[in-house]
Amino acid sequence: MALTREGVAYRIAQDLPDGSYVNLGVGIPSLVLQFLPEGKDVLIHSENGILGVGSKAAPGEEDPDLVNANGDYVTLLPGASLFDHALSFAIIRGGHLTHAILGALQVSRRGDLANWKVPGQRVPGVGGAMDLAVGAQRVWVAMTHVTERGEPKIVEACTYPLTAPRCVKRIYTDLAVIRVEGEELVLEEVAPGVSPEEVQACTGAPLRITEDLRIMPVPPEVRGIPLRAP
Amino acid sequence: MDKCVPTCDEAVADIPDGATIMMGGFGPPGFPAQLVEALRRRRLRDLVVIQCGGGTEDYALGGLILDGAVRKLITSYPTHPGAWALRDRYLRGEIELEVLPQGTFVERIRAAGAGLGGFYTPTGVGTELAEGKEVRVINGRPYVFELPLSADFALIKAHRADRWGNLTYRRTMRNFNPIMATAAKVVIAEVDEIVPVGALSPEEIETPGIFVDRVVATERHPRLVRRT
Repeated sequence: MALTREGVAYRIAQDLPDGSYVNLGVGIPSLVLQFLPEGKDVLIHSENGILGVGSKAAPGEEDPDLVNANGDYVTLLPGASLFDHALSFAIIRGGHLTHAILGALQVSRRGDLANWKVPGQRVPGVGGAMDLAVGAQRVWVAMTHVTERGEPKIVEACTYPLTAPRCVKRIYTDLAVIRVEGEELVLEEVAPGVSPEEVQACTGAPLRITEDLRIMPVPPEVRGIPLRAP
Repeated sequence: MDKCVPTCDEAVADIPDGATIMMGGFGPPGFPAQLVEALRRRRLRDLVVIQCGGGTEDYALGGLILDGAVRKLITSYPTHPGAWALRDRYLRGEIELEVLPQGTFVERIRAAGAGLGGFYTPTGVGTELAEGKEVRVINGRPYVFELPLSADFALIKAHRADRWGNLTYRRTMRNFNPIMATAAKVVIAEVDEIVPVGALSPEEIETPGIFVDRVVATERHPRLVRRT
């Protein structure tokens, strides 16, 4: 692991342009909010009916009627709007979100996404994952490159139940930034101190290395938060 | 026309065994917990509950599931923290689960309230949740056919009401409530405050009273007023 989870989130935040409307999934994606650069207007959508979610509420100041999709008590930014679930999913399914940043269990070479169910999971539950995967204009994955047991999460074909076929466009991990182009994975960036060969060694599908391969521009820390693993 | 009911117990007094009951709420906001506690006191059986989550711990919907009152849960995300009552009953084969993508869940309810026969959604195509369902290609893109989803009773949570059943909401209390309010034969609203007709401005009324049958004002359920 070359970057921390915050490091991955920081890298993604740099790629969100002014005027983006973004849904952040659970896990590493939820960390993106704190790294959005000043001076860029990026509105975060929460599937339970918010556009313009702010940071978590300070302890003791929680509004009991104001949570995000994770169930955290949150605040609203100036310019925020509130709406019901039907409108919220019209935003999602109707293609109005510019970006959905989602976690993943597996991503295939063709951009198939598996992130809602582990085989053998005993109680089923899916939430908004499938709607986000088919509806957002750009589906970007934020995840660790390998599992805790060292298995690749970028695979030739998903073995976990699919959330949606052929939906992922970009993959950001603690080791690399990869774009999905048709049936091909293109390695665009490697984390500081990581070689393309090391990335390929823990990726379960062939990577085409782009000619202008870059190092992920992630500083060691920001505001005291470590972005690179020790 | 006066839709006010004095207590939650009276509001749910005619709900029978085997009823299909929608409940609003996403997390604590918008969950009609006092109405569900009153429902528990009825000691009903074989209920079909339509709710986005799986109930939390041992109160309200979690309690109703623990009580053994629920035969089937139609839901989207019943695996959130605290939904152990559901997990235990499901793993023992005592409760049936129908899991839907959340957008499909809400749109099926909206379609019922809006008088539609069904709709086609791209969500779930190519996944196991589309198994057994009709898939149709429209303009070159595959869609899954979904039917409307209605209920005998809807228990909803709103903020302020008048005796005509006009409702306002607060913050993320909205979630499923405005949609469920359209999709059940009997709609019962648990509110924070009832005000005179005319006190709610037309601009702030989000659920017109035409959809609402009963209104009861009550304190918030103590387990929902969480502080760290």
